[in-house]
Amino acid sequence: MFGTGLLKGLGVTFKHLVDTYKDDMQSTPARYQGSDDRGKGLKVIDQPVDQEGLLTIQYPEERRLLPERFRYIPMLIWDTETDEERCTACGICAKVCPPQCIWITRATDEAGKPVTRPQDFFIDATICMSCNYCVEFCPFDAIKMDHDAELASFERFPHLVYDKGELTVPLDYYAALWPVQYAEEQERRAQEAAEARAKEEAKAARAAAKEVKEETPAPEAKLSRAEELKQKAMERARQRREAQS
Amino acid sequence: MSDIVAPTATVAGPLDVAGTLALVQEALPDAKPVSAGPTDYLEVAPDQLLEALRVLRDQGGCDLLSSITCTDYLSYQGRARAKDGPRFEVVYHLYSTAQGGDCVVLHVPVDDGEPLPTATPVYPGANLQEREVWDLYGLVFEGHPNLRRILLWEGFEGHPMRKDWHEAYYEEDQKPFRSRHPRADFARSEDKVPWGKNTRYPADWDPDDWQEPVTYVPVSQDPRHSNGTGDRLSTESVVVNLGPHHPSTHGVFRMVVRIEGETVTALEPDMGYLHRNHEKIGERNTWLMNMPFTDRLDYINSMSNNWGYALAVEKLMGLEVPERAEYLRVIMAELSRIVNHLWSIGFILNDLGALQTPALYAIEEREMILDLFESVSGARMMCNYLRFGGVHRDLPAGWAERARYVVHERLPRALDQLDDLLSGNEIVNTRGRGVGYLSAEQLISLSVTGPMIRAAGVPYDIRRCEPYGVYDRFDFDIPTLPHSDVYDRYYIRLLEARESVRIVQQALAGLPEGDILAGKGGYVFRPPEGEAYGRVEGPKGELGFYLVSDGKPNPYRYHIRAPSYINLNALAPMTVGYKVADAIVILGAIDIVLGEVDR
Amino acid sequence: MSLAPPNFPDLKTGQVESYLHPSVSVPEGLNNNVLVTTVDRLYNWSRRSSMWPLLFGLACCAIEMIATASSRFDLSRFGMEVMRPSPRQSDLMIVSGTVTKKMVPAIVRIYNQMAEPRYVIAMGACATGGGPFKEGYNVVSGIDKYVPVDVYIPGCPPTPEALMFGLMKMHQKVDTQSVTTADWYKREGSAFVPVPQLGPDIFDPRQADLIRAETMSGEAVEADTGGGRAEGGVPGGLRNLGEKAKARIAQAKERAAARLAG
Ligand code: SF4
Ligand code: SF4
Ligand code: SF4
Repeated sequence: MFGTGLLKGLGVTFKHLVDTYKDDMQSTPARYQGSDDRGKGLKVIDQPVDQEGLLTIQYPEERRLLPERFRYIPMLIWDTETDEERCTACGICAKVCPPQCIWITRATDEAGKPVTRPQDFFIDATICMSCNYCVEFCPFDAIKMDHDAELASFERFPHLVYDKGELTVPLDYYAALWPVQYAEEQERRAQEAAEARAKEEAKAARAAAKEVKEETPAPEAKLSRAEELKQKAMERARQRREAQS
Repeated sequence: MSDIVAPTATVAGPLDVAGTLALVQEALPDAKPVSAGPTDYLEVAPDQLLEALRVLRDQGGCDLLSSITCTDYLSYQGRARAKDGPRFEVVYHLYSTAQGGDCVVLHVPVDDGEPLPTATPVYPGANLQEREVWDLYGLVFEGHPNLRRILLWEGFEGHPMRKDWHEAYYEEDQKPFRSRHPRADFARSEDKVPWGKNTRYPADWDPDDWQEPVTYVPVSQDPRHSNGTGDRLSTESVVVNLGPHHPSTHGVFRMVVRIEGETVTALEPDMGYLHRNHEKIGERNTWLMNMPFTDRLDYINSMSNNWGYALAVEKLMGLEVPERAEYLRVIMAELSRIVNHLWSIGFILNDLGALQTPALYAIEEREMILDLFESVSGARMMCNYLRFGGVHRDLPAGWAERARYVVHERLPRALDQLDDLLSGNEIVNTRGRGVGYLSAEQLISLSVTGPMIRAAGVPYDIRRCEPYGVYDRFDFDIPTLPHSDVYDRYYIRLLEARESVRIVQQALAGLPEGDILAGKGGYVFRPPEGEAYGRVEGPKGELGFYLVSDGKPNPYRYHIRAPSYINLNALAPMTVGYKVADAIVILGAIDIVLGEVDR
Repeated sequence: MSLAPPNFPDLKTGQVESYLHPSVSVPEGLNNNVLVTTVDRLYNWSRRSSMWPLLFGLACCAIEMIATASSRFDLSRFGMEVMRPSPRQSDLMIVSGTVTKKMVPAIVRIYNQMAEPRYVIAMGACATGGGPFKEGYNVVSGIDKYVPVDVYIPGCPPTPEALMFGLMKMHQKVDTQSVTTADWYKREGSAFVPVPQLGPDIFDPRQADLIRAETMSGEAVEADTGGGRAEGGVPGGLRNLGEKAKARIAQAKERAAARLAG
């Protein structure tokens, strides 16, 4: 009969409408189960798989629960344990980056010899395709994916070209975002460190007889720059945490 | 509605490739057999091409001219080729839809400026692809009915896919660029050009003197039609542009139509508004770098695209994929097929005039699938999940349970709802039945693949005809429908989505433990010299990747055989004779994604 | 998990806070019922709460834009669920996807047709700066090369949350504008953007002189081979022109003038 299709369609929409209210009355608290209430009216919502339909996420008061592997723009890790950046300026990430949006300048010491630290590290967020290759192939766990997607800005250049200071975050920021991967990584690193130490010790025992190891003090300027970077990173991470919680 | 589903037909058996090539050689003793890596092909002189194609079509049973492309061997570094050979080679891939199996490959070497005959008299489906070769390589196909630029515009300077053509932001022939490490003076490419844009102009060119060239667009040049005879009112046909900014054309696509009253009398598709130079960039990238770029081809189905590319490279390198990875690939690809078919059903409704609401209902369950993709790969759309020899990461904890719930409960429910709502709907029926008819033979001769020909009763599905991955282990049907109209094209997608649900259910149940990546991984790949064509049954049709390696870390040739692009061959023949409003639905039922059409 | 019942007076105070007049204050006791605001604030509030975006998708990012409009993210909470297909009825253009040279003339035309005050959001890496396809020969490195952009959203593609954050930034920008200084109420109005033309490569009529100076100088711009820097590290500088080149430019200008006159 003409018109049944139309009625059926309207019926589905109407059922959705009624269901929403029914659901609201019966199970408002229950359906937010697993969601994280961070106070100040901010909730992180985990869509239950057996919930009929979808929960509307009332951004910005509510957020979607991002899976651990979520990727947006990379960040550099400041290792708070050793109090230095993990990046060694090896350049692998710049090599594998498909649109070639990573720029690295290796630092040099006073004598002009290259040292294994980046002096500059840029990522052009107007090019980055969030492909994860830099993270996947970094051998030092120095670059990771940030979950922060709130990067919109009024200006494009240079605001969206992130330099080292803007990219760096402390280790615990990363550990909080990527708990599972972080735990795995720590285990592997501990193991590797133990192996390296064993090797080192064997070597040192051999060499110890000959000469006393001499400590080279790091140049003042480098230290203070590192300190400054770290401060910046901490500050940024704090702001982000505040913004999120 | 099960009464109209034809039983699953089976294919006759794989095509005997060597035998078919021998047939051609018999007819043309001059043809030279060549072996390049995993591919054997015949080299045919330009003047014998048509003869060879006729033999293949009439005696060899190759009814589907799948892909035509070209390679510029100007800077080839490998040893396999003589340096002084002709500069270009045009490559033809042919299949048999009746028998399935591997492809027959022909190469036609030509020099710069040397014309070759068009294949359109034998295979009308060569039309768009030959225009693309002309546009990007500047090779002339003699006798082509409409040899104009297709992805770029008339008047563009040069043919950009030639190896010696460089754009303004050009840095080096191959990535990684040396300027990025270890001494990087950060500089934007914009700063390299005085006007800050990625443009270049010929010497002595004056912008003020520029006149856009007037080109012959068949539709607009048709004779003015007037049927005012005797006492009837005199009418005249008009040319109307639909697009490129048009809500119903699924992105930036343009149709030039000539209409008589409301009836379409001629149609000309115009594309290239999203031509993002995948192939040029792809030949500069390393092998691995292309993987995330394939995500952005058919951006609704990044997983299938990844697979097509991985398959071709694995063919070239002879890589075996571990079983668990094969299962994961099947799961991801079928989930993304469901996403695609939900979209396409939604879009068909949109084009029928049910603006937005039904489409949003149709894609509701998509969010659940995207959540699954996101938690395994990290991104909702651009998954970049496959690697050569496996997949990137294993499933996170709890993923399989969630996925099981989705494919056992949610998706069947959603598909049933759509079926219940739409299949009997009078508007879908009256607007869909009998609209946009083309016979199966016509469709195949136009190189159309995918749901379109299955809705015309041809059970041609690469998952069955040339099984890849572990598709031979699952119990699923290739649904076909007989009418080849818009309604059947809608309904076939629903049926296919159901089959995909079945496949994912089985794959999740049988998911074995074990490795997910063969070989040592890493980021440098150097496939041995040779060429390979890898194809998968994408949700829109045959998605193929034609790759040539010269043994270097970058692909020498990277060509994408995009199903949405080639299916557009059928747009004009399908639309002529119907109303303008039908043209929109017919286009919607082809299911194109512009990222793939224009590449 | 606790869901504290909201305290309505507080909630109300919080919600109206941003509209209160900066200097005029309402006596204690009345401030729950009377609100003094400025014309600007009221005007901006109404403008930003009902923006009408153009239904306009270019590439992959458009799919995320549709996802943002769908029930899970629900763009109508921002008062913008009506996406208008016609530029005449919309005041916000979300450039969602890769801008190609072939498409740019159409985009600029659409922009010119939009009702003022009009805003542009560049959604995604591509619209912002070319994105992964930046080096492509048919790709425009950012729509801001042709039309003014108000908010840039990086990401490939930006997730729906990122897009909504960008929209909130857009609202912030609207809030800073004032009726008294707005361009679109001035007599001359704001200028149309000249439509770029498809020549041997796309060219912007605004840059015709610059292009002529380069192409006619006898040393047409060849793409750099290797190295990332513009010549001498000076971006965008014109090279020194020879006598011959100068003469040719003069001729070209004469020709152009003659054509205009005749
Ligand atoms: S981030 Fe990792 S890969 Fe990149 S330079 Fe630093 S250490 Fe090397
Ligand atoms: S995510 Fe990909 S595109 Fe972005 S910086 Fe890393 S490697 Fe480059
Ligand atoms: S930014 Fe990324 S997702 Fe958006 S259009 Fe560009 S390539 Fe596609």
